[in-house]
Amino acid sequence: MLKDITLGQFFPGNTIVHRLDPRTKLLCVILYIVALFNAKSVLTYALVAAVLLVCILTSKVHYKALTRGLKPVYIIVAFTAIMNLFFTGGTPVADVWLLRHITFEGIRSAIAMVLRIIMLIMGTFLLTYTTSPISLTDGLERLLSPLKKLKLPIHELAMMMSIALRFIPTLIEETDKIMSAQKARGADFESGNIFQRAKALVPILVPLFISAFRRADELATAMECRCYHGGEGRTTLHVLRYQTADYLVLLAFLALAVGIIVLKHLGL
Amino acid sequence: MSTMLQTEHLTFAYPAEEGESAPTAALEDVTLSVEKGSFVVVLGHNGSGKSTLAKQMNAVLLPCGGMVYVDGMDTKQEALLLEIRRRVGMVFQNPDNQIVANVVEEDVAFAPENLGIPTEEIRRRVDDALAAVGMSEFTRHAPHLLSGGQKQRVAIAGVIAMAPECVVLDEATAMLDPSGRREVLSAIRALNRERGITVVLITHHMDEALNADRLIVMNDGRLAMDGTPAEVFTQVDALRAMGLAAPDTVELLYGLRQGGMDVPLDALTVEDCAAAICRALR
Repeated sequence: MLKDITLGQFFPGNTIVHRLDPRTKLLCVILYIVALFNAKSVLTYALVAAVLLVCILTSKVHYKALTRGLKPVYIIVAFTAIMNLFFTGGTPVADVWLLRHITFEGIRSAIAMVLRIIMLIMGTFLLTYTTSPISLTDGLERLLSPLKKLKLPIHELAMMMSIALRFIPTLIEETDKIMSAQKARGADFESGNIFQRAKALVPILVPLFISAFRRADELATAMECRCYHGGEGRTTLHVLRYQTADYLVLLAFLALAVGIIVLKHLGL
Repeated sequence: MSTMLQTEHLTFAYPAEEGESAPTAALEDVTLSVEKGSFVVVLGHNGSGKSTLAKQMNAVLLPCGGMVYVDGMDTKQEALLLEIRRRVGMVFQNPDNQIVANVVEEDVAFAPENLGIPTEEIRRRVDDALAAVGMSEFTRHAPHLLSGGQKQRVAIAGVIAMAPECVVLDEATAMLDPSGRREVLSAIRALNRERGITVVLITHHMDEALNADRLIVMNDGRLAMDGTPAEVFTQVDALRAMGLAAPDTVELLYGLRQGGMDVPLDALTVEDCAAAICRALR
């Protein structure tokens, strides 16, 4: 049951999308979101969708993986669609019963919103699908490093993120072990209503937390023994370098974002 | 030979926990020195102070009384802290709790990264350290998918990448299965023999102590015995009084001697022991 938990799931591959610098990908996703939220017309939506499609096809990420990522947000998508459908003012579709509340503008904005949410999620999932968590945190730290001058703990945040990612499998394994141990002593996690089930989780969470704190303590000592003293004067094994492809892709996405904004102001 | 580690009248007590009146001393008046390039095993039952002694050796804990010198450097001097920790690497019991990154090579690179070593040199050190523990083929693996012995070897490589002069292993084999223990021990021996790295191995497995240069036995925070394995293990009664057992070979010879057979006690390995018994039977 715990195997279904996917956080920043990564599909290894060797396509151009995989090989891009994580910083490029992060910046591109931001530019893509800017473009998406400025798209208003059929033309601009088509442009953004075309870019997304090209990215998906070159990344060779399986289509099913992307739609599976959408599952948890189906409710939000449906809710947004209904809200837009009924609460947008304008000309009603027809003068009968419920249809009186549905306007042509409502249909239009419902479609636009649903498309926007789906494309937003697909775009960001493509990032986590093609970038390993480690290079993602690496890229994030590098991108945000100018903020270190403002005394923001960027290195510490990145270190926390990568340690959290490192310990997810360890803690999942531990949870499984504790659950088996509690089941062996007659604990019941599968029956009862939601409150009873939540209550049954307490004997799992308490030992899990205690052990996590102990692990954290030992890890801190081990890190200090390996001369960890914060981000100051730290070098890295893998140095991130922008390649020609990075500049080209970045330029393309910049053009997309600027183009969409210009088109929006032209009223297209 | 010069001295790698030296303690002088070292005393240490953990801060008293709530509800306890006075702190209990974990180490009392420990004076010892470890020569460079030697293989020293520290034995003792639980609570004898052997882990506390280990943590004194690279300034994780600081003495309450007395002095600890690492390569001549006083561990109380804060300015020398990083240099002391670089020279004395420490490997702990649970490999899961000392691996930082989720790729083997990234983890081995952690210490040199902290030391601010240039990228090309880190690469060289990582490859070298992984080769030294026989883990070269696992460079790009995820640590949580490795076996216990392999994880512990990665942890040792992570320490070797600092180019230390001494490695302290605090019960590093305690959580491993017999084959994992063998892997780790042979990696440590190779480091000691081939690279001249001083090794301080803290353990409660008697058989790991057999081919050490020197054996230190701790009891109730005090230095109880200090000598070659043959010198220490032949004092079977004294070991038993401290809750320790001599290796199986010595126990056997001891039993035979009490039964009236004329065998020496210092045949520690199985082969020597068998030969000694054969000689006595002849």
